[in-house]
Amino acid sequence: MSRIFQFLFFLVLVRPLVYVFLGMNVRNWDRLPRSGPAIIAANHNSHLDTLVLISLLPLRLLHRVRPVAAADYFMQNRLVGWFATRIIGILPISRNDRGVSFLRDCAISLENDEILILFPEGTRGEPEEMNLELKRGLGLLAKQFPDVEVIPVFLHGLGKSLPKGTMVFVPFFCDVFVGTAICYGTYQADFMKILGSSLFDLSQEGQIPEWR
Amino acid sequence: MTSGIPPIILATIGILYSVLVVATFFLMVVRAFKPDKDFSEVSKRIWSWWAIVTIFSLAVVMERTVSIVFLGFVSFLAFKEFISMVPTRKADRRILVWGYLAIPLQFIWVHEYWYGMFIIFIPVWVFLFLPFRVLLTGMTDGFLNSVGTLHWGLMITVFSLSHAAYLLSLPAFDNPQTGSAGLLLFLVILTQFNDVAQYVWGKSIGGRKIVPSVSPGKTWAGFVGGVVSTMALSWMVAPYLTAITGWHAPAVGAVIAVSGFIGDVTMSALKRDMGVKDSSSFIPGHGGILDRVDSLTFTAPVFFHYVFFFFYGPRMVSLVG
Repeated sequence: MSRIFQFLFFLVLVRPLVYVFLGMNVRNWDRLPRSGPAIIAANHNSHLDTLVLISLLPLRLLHRVRPVAAADYFMQNRLVGWFATRIIGILPISRNDRGVSFLRDCAISLENDEILILFPEGTRGEPEEMNLELKRGLGLLAKQFPDVEVIPVFLHGLGKSLPKGTMVFVPFFCDVFVGTAICYGTYQADFMKILGSSLFDLSQEGQIPEWR
Repeated sequence: MTSGIPPIILATIGILYSVLVVATFFLMVVRAFKPDKDFSEVSKRIWSWWAIVTIFSLAVVMERTVSIVFLGFVSFLAFKEFISMVPTRKADRRILVWGYLAIPLQFIWVHEYWYGMFIIFIPVWVFLFLPFRVLLTGMTDGFLNSVGTLHWGLMITVFSLSHAAYLLSLPAFDNPQTGSAGLLLFLVILTQFNDVAQYVWGKSIGGRKIVPSVSPGKTWAGFVGGVVSTMALSWMVAPYLTAITGWHAPAVGAVIAVSGFIGDVTMSALKRDMGVKDSSSFIPGHGGILDRVDSLTFTAPVFFHYVFFFFYGPRMVSLVG
């Protein structure tokens, strides 16, 4: 039942919002995964990030896409919890157990051929700024799955549309830069460094002026 | 309009689609004969013309209210693209909400036939209000920049473009066959035709460039060729789609051609300043909505006021009063 709601929610509401109301310019769209297991690692400035990334994937994959999100934030009450897990499809993760449930639940998800959306900055940063001290969790997860592709994605403009700490939505055209997939197996201990520099390079591709 | 869409409008749209079908067919044939040549640029252009023709055909055949909402939405897309392109300050984020709010209001004046408000709302009321709202942020650093860009953006993408919509609110003057939808269709066809004509003449003759640092493709030959071709088309088409007759028919063609050129290079200058070549890829190859409507932002108000002055002039009192 909730799968029908989810499908309709994305078809009728989210996709028109993302594609028409916001508008997007996607570079190298074809680099996004067509099937799981895969991990999308993106910078995080806005709640819209998740909706945009899900909308970029084909609708048939909808029920396989799992944005990893903080349980304490999204599971505060039953209604929000239902919406977050059933409609958006988040994988709720506890932030207080030193990554134990994160690794366990993400591993189950990847074994089920799902596509994880991860924000390795940890939380939504200051609008339109990127924190390149990435969390180690993704590295540990990738080490467990050395052949799973990790696709770096840089999002620009969404932090202007709906930054942290506001409810006022102001539409801005947004730019999405998809990087080449990398695997832990190829880079081993350097994996997180490579991911970080890949995200940084993507952020430089568009020659985006600083937002002050 | 009592009995649906006028036959002349339908015929015109039919002709536009026929041209597109022929062009698409031609492209496919050429492609089959020369498989190793790259036609992606031409093919993208043809596909975006399909989009443009469809968008404006819809705008013309729909009921007036729907058409106005539709054109308001085009303004919204253009304004959004504009403020995403130009630098804005963090402090101005909330002010942009007021900018966005001006769009539905402006199109409400259009819908309500309220010419007096339509013509002063953005140039006077928004112009006076926005700086005040901006200064309330307390940020004087970049104040003029902020106010200037925002208002210029509203003038170009909302005020100018809403003139195309106001054509639909003009009483159908001496051409009851096409009504005021004919004026809008005429404007869009001539504006697009002029773009193509200037491009084709410029490509085939070449010669001296007009402003190479802004738009390296624009040559005097292309400009003159475009103006003459557009005058000719206007002279042929005007009697069918509008009540513009006599020497006014080629003259209005010249006016559209010249203002279309100015709109085109003005948007090019803006994009050069911002360091982008295509403002976005909403329609592939051609760039975004702004690239589609760049000439229209100038031809719409100029054509509107030409018609208003020469054909509605004597009746202006009853329109405004």
